[in-house]
Amino acid sequence: MRIPHPKDWEIAMTKRIDAVEKVTGKAIYADDLKFDGMCYAVPLHSKYPSAEIEDIDISAALTSDGVVDIITANDIPGSPRVGGLIPDHYVIAKDRVRFMGEVVAVVAAESRSQAYSAADLIKVKYKPLDPVLDPRIADSKGTPKMHDFRKNNILSSFKVRRGNVERGYKNSADIVEEHFETSFIEHSYMEPESCVAIANPDGTVTVYGGMQHPFSTRRYVARALGFELARVQIIQTTLGGGFGGRDDTIAVICARAAILALRAKRPVKITYSREESIRESYKRHPFIMDYKAGISKDGKLQSMDVDILADAGPYCAVTPFVIWRPTVQCTGPYIVPNVRCDSKGVYTNNTPTGAMRGFGTPQQVFACESFIDICAEKVGMDPLEFRKRNFFRQNITTHTGQKLDNHEVSIREVTDKALAAIKWKTKFPKCSRGKPAKDGFLHGIGFACSYRGVSLGAEGNDFCSAITNIQPDGSILLEVGVSENGQGLKTAMASILAGELGIRIEKIRFIDTDTSSIPDGGPTVASRGTLVGGNAVIDSANKIKKMMTPVLKHLIGASKGGYIFAKGKIKNRESGKTISFDDAVAACHAKKMYLHSLGLFSGPKVSWDEDVGKGNAYFTYVYGCQACELTVDPSNGKVRVEKAVAAHEVGKAINPQMAAGQIFGGIMMGLGFALTESIVHKNGEIQNLNFNSYRIPRSIDAPEMTAILVENPDPAGPWGAKSLGEPTNELMGAAIANAIYYATGKRFTKTPITAQEILRAIGGKI
Amino acid sequence: MKLNVNGKIYSIDCDPDSSLLDVIREKLRLTGTKRGCDIGVCGTCTVLIDGETKRACKVKVSEVVIGKSATFTDSPKILTIEGLSDGDDLHPIQRAFIECGAVQCGFCTPGMILTAKALLDKNPKPIREEIRKSFTPNLCRCTGYQQIFEAVEMAAKLISK
Repeated sequence: MRIPHPKDWEIAMTKRIDAVEKVTGKAIYADDLKFDGMCYAVPLHSKYPSAEIEDIDISAALTSDGVVDIITANDIPGSPRVGGLIPDHYVIAKDRVRFMGEVVAVVAAESRSQAYSAADLIKVKYKPLDPVLDPRIADSKGTPKMHDFRKNNILSSFKVRRGNVERGYKNSADIVEEHFETSFIEHSYMEPESCVAIANPDGTVTVYGGMQHPFSTRRYVARALGFELARVQIIQTTLGGGFGGRDDTIAVICARAAILALRAKRPVKITYSREESIRESYKRHPFIMDYKAGISKDGKLQSMDVDILADAGPYCAVTPFVIWRPTVQCTGPYIVPNVRCDSKGVYTNNTPTGAMRGFGTPQQVFACESFIDICAEKVGMDPLEFRKRNFFRQNITTHTGQKLDNHEVSIREVTDKALAAIKWKTKFPKCSRGKPAKDGFLHGIGFACSYRGVSLGAEGNDFCSAITNIQPDGSILLEVGVSENGQGLKTAMASILAGELGIRIEKIRFIDTDTSSIPDGGPTVASRGTLVGGNAVIDSANKIKKMMTPVLKHLIGASKGGYIFAKGKIKNRESGKTISFDDAVAACHAKKMYLHSLGLFSGPKVSWDEDVGKGNAYFTYVYGCQACELTVDPSNGKVRVEKAVAAHEVGKAINPQMAAGQIFGGIMMGLGFALTESIVHKNGEIQNLNFNSYRIPRSIDAPEMTAILVENPDPAGPWGAKSLGEPTNELMGAAIANAIYYATGKRFTKTPITAQEILRAIGGKI
Repeated sequence: MKLNVNGKIYSIDCDPDSSLLDVIREKLRLTGTKRGCDIGVCGTCTVLIDGETKRACKVKVSEVVIGKSATFTDSPKILTIEGLSDGDDLHPIQRAFIECGAVQCGFCTPGMILTAKALLDKNPKPIREEIRKSFTPNLCRCTGYQQIFEAVEMAAKLISK
């Protein structure tokens, strides 16, 4: 299973190609744009989580100072509803509002302050309805339906079935059950939503904005306008963080800006305040989960029952994908002969939920990996030993019927490496378990393991393209159908192209995504960017090499063994004769040859049978283990994570430093999920709309972190590379919960595990 | 009103109660200073005023204008990210941020770099714990902060050379 790949030290050490503009403040984010005649639009949000709109009176607002235009639902020229999977998302609320962040009108004015003043003058007459706020009763009798065109409030449901769980429980010496809950999580990208729409003279529209999937934005905008796709151009500006959160919400904001720009025939900018962003943007789904397992005398899992209920809010977004993935991965990386898992996402009047780094797995891994420690203790085993007895092994068949034989099953390897680095064996026996140590603190260590399907899997359509466009002087324009989110995609793509063509990366200019130039490469989500984009880049490079072959034959002779592209030169493998890359390019150009190619990637075959809950869900998998060491202050319940170690199997790290950056960021986001972060709704209204009350980790919270990259190159990946972004963010929740347990002797099954909760549990004074 | 920003005098016409952030971004069109929360808790709008880190969203422009009697030399000196380096020569802190992989989406980066400058100007050889504490006012959602700490340590070395 060894894949040849260029082992170019320089490529592995490449620094971000977009770093200089970012450290000098020159990088252009959407709100930095300014155009002649530009006006500014602001949203008017709902006053109720659920209400009928009886009347909207904009007459006073229209005459307010500086107002350019005001739009409501009746002004949407195309479809009133948009959406990627189910078109249930109203661009502007029509007749009814379904959550507090619903937009009922958008006001454009000469300045933002004038727009806000005018928005205050809009009179909306609501007839409040009883909101559905508890997902557990969302589909009960008597609960009102969220959408008339839907059969009921169940948005989607999935299952996994293997063997017979009841029979498995009969063979079990111990049966363990636990209930878990997680909170709404805000992505907290540092740049709030922003875009500028421009009506072009030819009747088309161009929207500049910070989004992670410009093509999905284009579909939303085109649908809302009633335009063909070719009449809508989306150009991605530098994106100030995504984490899965820059899709549906920014797409409808872009649609509103586009409608206004076409009406006003002026550029229209919409930039959200942080409060508007948090009020309206979709969150990570809170999950309610029940785990039950039967374990034999020798510590082997026999049966597992898993139920997952996800609060989707009123709009679908990508809810089906977000619950499908944790359903498929419900057992974690463990062999379980009998499995039943049922999951569903339901409509409520809370804030909508959608994709966020992990796609449902930070919630499920928190539950599953806490549960595995609970199981280990129940059968009187060390959590590591218990896992080792049950881990996936090479060539086993998983609970979904997939044989793991096309990649290296490295769950033991990552676990051993992470635990060796944190010195688990010597530290675990010393955990405080409720009795403070000499220093007065409670000390604990914990870890969690996961496996994760790479890319979209059987629920998505995995393909991508890349355009390599070599100029007559040998410089190169590169475009890829996936987008820079801040993760370093441009650098990874340019590195791969530089490696394939054997040239310096400085010769490559990466063109930011422009939907009018490159085909749709699918969303830059699911940790798929490097894999799908990188494979498309390699294909485009191979096509260029093939095009050049006749000219190379002429220049440096025919070669049965082909040509080597390295260090700016092209070498005849047989004769050793060389020519510089630039000279070869110039020669091709002189022969009227366009060195321009469209590289393609189409994902290997995957399958899923929804009726029987089985299939080869993903074409390959990655494995990870994160461990942490922490202290709890028994006087106030505060947790200080001192050390964190993460070992992730990545196939191949294209850029180890940037890969480590993904790991550190993922650990910290996981730390926030575990300890402090929760979007709190009160009667459907978010109580913490800014970073003073929604607390994400700060530098003072950062543990000393170690990133371990385990490389088992995968046949499916470019140079063997797989995924990394999301697995880094799904493990820390359980690792911390487990460490808190070994520190305090108390098990916490709901996130966030706040200092107050800990203090209450250990009997301290609050 | 006049402002001393990055060693240049700017004449501006605006409401004295305007935030310095609005003026820097909208009037001076220095857009490297970012707006993340507008309530002074995220640090993306960090600028240096006479060497001290300030959240530009919480500073009224009237507080930092060049007073009628004040001379150029004793007027409040505002430094934004655009004033840190001249032309193509990067400041050692900027170089270190690139070298250490301390930049991802880049939205917090200008504020982080100016916070680093304020720290290193006062404490040229900070230990890790001092660095960790110094960045508490600046939020970053991408990096997990560790490579930012490493960048500050590298910058300290580059500057002392």
